[in-house]
Amino acid sequence: MAGQTLDFPNVETLRRLALSESGFIFDPVTGNSFTVNHTGQAVLQLIQQTLDVEEIIQKLQAVFEIDALVAERDVIEFAGQLRGCFQ
Amino acid sequence: MKTKLLTVAVTGMNALPDNPGPGLAVARCLREAYGAGIRIVGLGYDALDPGLYLGQYCDSVYLLSYPLNGADLLLERLTDIQAVEKIDVLIPCLDAELPLMVGLAEKLAEIGLKTFMPDAEQFERRSKARLPELAEAAGITYPEVKTLANPLFFRTCDQVGWTYPLVVKGVFYDAKVVANPEQAVAAFHSIAQEWGLPVLVQRFVAGEEYNLAGIGDGRGNLLGEVMMKKRAVTTKGKAWAGVATADEILAEVARKLVAELQWKGPLEVEVMRDPKGVYQLIEINPRFPAWIYLSHGVGRNLPALLLELAMGRPAPAMAAPRPGTMFIRHALETIVPMSLFETLMMQGQCTPESQG
Amino acid sequence: MNAPEKTLKAWAKPTLSSHRVGVMNKFGAVRQQFHQTEVDGVEIEPLLEQFGSPLFILSEKTLRNNVRRLRRAFATRWPKVRHGWSYKTNYLNAVCSILHQEGSWAEVVSEFEYQKARALGVPGSRIIFNGPWKPTAILEQALQEGAQIHIDHLDEIYALEQVAQKLNKKVAVGIRLNFDTGYTDSWSRFGFNLESGAAMDAVQRIASSQWLTLTGLHSHIGTFILDVRAYAAQARIMAEFMDKVESSTACRIEYLDIGGGFASRNALQGLYLPPDQLVPSFDQYAEAITGALLEATRTRSAAGKPLPTLIMETGRAVVDDAEFLITRVVGGKRLPDGRRAAILDAGVNLLFTGFWYNHEVKPLRQLDGTHEETVLYGPLCMNIDVLRSSVMLPPLNVGDALLISSVGAYNNTQWMQFIQYRPAVVMITQEGNVEVVRVAEQLAAINDFERLPDALRLPFPQGLPE
Repeated sequence: MAGQTLDFPNVETLRRLALSESGFIFDPVTGNSFTVNHTGQAVLQLIQQTLDVEEIIQKLQAVFEIDALVAERDVIEFAGQLRGCFQ
Repeated sequence: MKTKLLTVAVTGMNALPDNPGPGLAVARCLREAYGAGIRIVGLGYDALDPGLYLGQYCDSVYLLSYPLNGADLLLERLTDIQAVEKIDVLIPCLDAELPLMVGLAEKLAEIGLKTFMPDAEQFERRSKARLPELAEAAGITYPEVKTLANPLFFRTCDQVGWTYPLVVKGVFYDAKVVANPEQAVAAFHSIAQEWGLPVLVQRFVAGEEYNLAGIGDGRGNLLGEVMMKKRAVTTKGKAWAGVATADEILAEVARKLVAELQWKGPLEVEVMRDPKGVYQLIEINPRFPAWIYLSHGVGRNLPALLLELAMGRPAPAMAAPRPGTMFIRHALETIVPMSLFETLMMQGQCTPESQG
Repeated sequence: MNAPEKTLKAWAKPTLSSHRVGVMNKFGAVRQQFHQTEVDGVEIEPLLEQFGSPLFILSEKTLRNNVRRLRRAFATRWPKVRHGWSYKTNYLNAVCSILHQEGSWAEVVSEFEYQKARALGVPGSRIIFNGPWKPTAILEQALQEGAQIHIDHLDEIYALEQVAQKLNKKVAVGIRLNFDTGYTDSWSRFGFNLESGAAMDAVQRIASSQWLTLTGLHSHIGTFILDVRAYAAQARIMAEFMDKVESSTACRIEYLDIGGGFASRNALQGLYLPPDQLVPSFDQYAEAITGALLEATRTRSAAGKPLPTLIMETGRAVVDDAEFLITRVVGGKRLPDGRRAAILDAGVNLLFTGFWYNHEVKPLRQLDGTHEETVLYGPLCMNIDVLRSSVMLPPLNVGDALLISSVGAYNNTQWMQFIQYRPAVVMITQEGNVEVVRVAEQLAAINDFERLPDALRLPFPQGLPE
């Protein structure tokens, strides 16, 4: 999985989101709002820095108690959710 | 020095423009009667319930668990809210939550929430499915009602004397007049979809509809009756304009029902005055109607009366009704900062701002 | 800025949910404490380790309590009461035997069920034999053994007469009736219709038979009936018919069998309110039924005639909440519409009632994370294999176990052996011991029914084709 990237929504799209501490997200372009949980928030912040899955997972493991394979699986699924919400 | 204000919680803040829940109107009545001398806690089921954003009526607001998820969960949530708000009286206003609230009355009292509601048996006797039995017992004319588990009845009902038009009703809410089997089956499915089974069918009564709101004192007396005739309705059949009436026959119908049930709490009696002038009982709603603000308008503020009764105080004398007083309902937009919606979304509670 | 020994935060699956109209309520369906670790004081997780997943767990205590409450509700209100255990609801031998020990008769509807009851040692004289098809051989056995037979249709009257003649024995029988209570749809396919006169025709025919005597009336008005007034109407109609039968024939009716149909505390799909708001108690059912019966038999009592025995065939309401199904998550996914889905090792092959109930589902341990609308799929490679089409649950991980409640009725009888083995059923006894009451199926047991022609045995003499 080294160097693997996922099809996340582009950084520009993610940057326009108003992401509050509470996990409330507002997208000013579409007018939609969302709730993200604390791990989702962490992933969102990380993918604004890098799209490299291995790096994302390493950084998650520095904060969360999580097995690398479980984290990978959950991040892949989360990428799908992001695509569904922010294209 | 600060004395604790009386705190009242009111549910049903879903004051939707085309089909408002009664809670906001109840809160407005209370505010008219007590001004700043009362704290009102608005309770809703959705972060878009319009009443939850009106700080002039609601001092704080909370979201409750859905009735669908059972009494335990609802009690758990109310207990959490009670720990913060120290509510004195709770006024439930929605049909779907009332069976749970009635069942919870004792447990609510244990956590300090007073209510003024019927007991489970009184509540059940006025259910739509049992209305004919009740009307019979009270000596009131009524259209026949039948309980249906499936829509097959509508194909052949005219052969057994159930001729169209008929009224198809949900057990809690909604009523549709249907003219033929196709419309009836469609109405059956749409009502079953939203309000569940069974679905009821009532014989259609031609005539004019009149509504009466009042409070049963639990000892057989009807207090503070306010009568209303709809003058215009929305596409959903809800009052858009109405006028206060004074009709001794209708009042007598309501008195008989309240006496028969020994009803305790608010109620709305709906009758049809048929072409022969006979009053036929269509429905009894076990709560205040959405047009209850008219009661303030005619000088008989019923939510304020209910609050006094719930607090165990003597019922204040009621002014003579003022027939001819009208109400005309309008839609109004509240400007809401995203942060307030966010708070309600993320925390399930907020403190709304007073709107100019 | 990281402390050298910093504690790592707990992980939960990342989630993102869109704010849609109608579901904007954080507290709408979320429970703070939402799990169940044991049944009757016995930890479930070790049972799963021992017996495998999925696993059915029966509570002997709940089963006995339920049938005792049922009996008490009726026996305190009517002089002569009998309960017939509806085998088709759950005919695991352990379940039937507990109920027989509690005094219930066997209520069977087929040759198979009759034989099952007899094999358990139930005497024929304590078997109620219902159903639309009773093959001649089993009818003969039942007549010989003194079973209480309820006739379903005209042809059965003639069949019974022939058998009775062959045995040279005049036999007591009951007939099944159907009619409109005003509150339920008439199940007109079973028994003789009252309104059309078919029931009275049957009564007259039996009354004139030299081989049959009519001693009982039976009817079953439907299933999961929430309105007790339906039963009051049923009791009144049956009592009135009893009087009519006795005044127009020489028959003497000894019992009225009101069938089953009491609802259990399960959430039937399509109902708005939760079951605790809708489902009447045994006392409420009993009050309505015996109240109507007392009223309808007043003149009879005054005339000094004996009151009939009241028979109930309550199945669902006795066993449903006495059994649980435990299942493990084997996979998870996000559906294209954003909903969460979990795949379980138990599906509609084991939980047939998933088709009409929204069964309660609880994790075995407290799971962290946002509750979300979740679809629960079974393991069958079939699109219909859905245990819950929408349930609020925290994120589920592979291996997490779920407890599905109130599965005692109709699952251990209607489950199917389709691409999966049926799992073990264990019972927590009153003493808190764990007994296996049905072992998990294995290939050998299923293959045992099959016969493979020699020419089809591998290896084939010509080998396998390319």
